[in-house]
Amino acid sequence: MKKQQRHWYHYLWIWSIIYFSLGFVNILFAWLGLISFCLPLIFAIGGGNKLFCNRYCDRGQFLRVMGSQVGLSLRREMPEWMKGKAFRYGFMVFFFAMFFNIIYVSWLVASDIQGVQEAVTVLWTFQLPWNWTYSAGITPWVAQFAFGLYSLMLTSEIIAIVAMLIYKPRSWCVFCPMGTLTQTICKAKYVPTAK
Amino acid sequence: MGKLSPRHAVVDSNMCVACGTCADVCPTGAMEIVSGVFAKPTEEKCVGCGICAKECPASAIRVEVRS
Repeated sequence: MKKQQRHWYHYLWIWSIIYFSLGFVNILFAWLGLISFCLPLIFAIGGGNKLFCNRYCDRGQFLRVMGSQVGLSLRREMPEWMKGKAFRYGFMVFFFAMFFNIIYVSWLVASDIQGVQEAVTVLWTFQLPWNWTYSAGITPWVAQFAFGLYSLMLTSEIIAIVAMLIYKPRSWCVFCPMGTLTQTICKAKYVPTAK
Repeated sequence: MGKLSPRHAVVDSNMCVACGTCADVCPTGAMEIVSGVFAKPTEEKCVGCGICAKECPASAIRVEVRS
C-alpha cells in the first residue's frame, strides 16, 4: 500500500486558523469567508462535483487533522436522526435563512434604519463585544455584513468542532449546509452512465 | 485483471454525503466520488480493509464478503 502523496491543498486546514485569527484583528477579513460559499457552488454548478468538499475544504481538513491526527475525537457513532434527510435539509434551510438575515440587516444599516452592531453573535444567542476590530472609517454596511458573516462562520465552526469531539472527525460534513446544497445540485445534474 | 480480495467495501448511496473522507483515507486509492453524489469503490483496487467504513461520518460504508 503506497503512502499518499502530499499536495499543497492538504495544508488548507491552516486557512481555518488564519481566517478566525484575522477576525480578531480586523473584522473586514470576515468577508474572505465568502470564498467558502462561492467556491463549492462554482464547483457544483460549473463542474457537477463536490471537489471543494473532497479536496479544498479547509474546515473538513481541520476537523480531520484535529480529530484523527491529534486524536481529539471520541469517534462515537452519530445518532441516526442527525444523518437523516429531515435534519440535513432542515439545518440547511435554517442556515441559509440566517445568512439572508445577515444580508437583510446589512441592508438596514446601509439604509440608515439601524446602526452597526459591533458584536459577534455566537450560536445565534450570545453577543460577544468585538468593537476593537472595527474603526469608524469603514462603510457601516460593509462592517455590519462582516460582523454577521464572522458570527455565522464562528458559530458553524463551534458546532463542527463539538461534532468532531463527540462523533467522528468529519461529522460536520454530514449536515454541512454547503455540502448538502452542493450535493443537491450535483444530484440534479447527475446522469447515470451505464457501465 | 488481478485476483479480487475476498472482502470489499459497499456504499449505501442514499446515506452517502459525498464528503470524500473515504477517498482521503483509502490506502489503495480505490474510492472515487461519482459526480459529487456518492462514493464508489473501484472493485479491482478495493482490498476490503474497512478503513473507509471506520472513518465514514455518515456510516454509509460497510465491508462485505464478495458474492
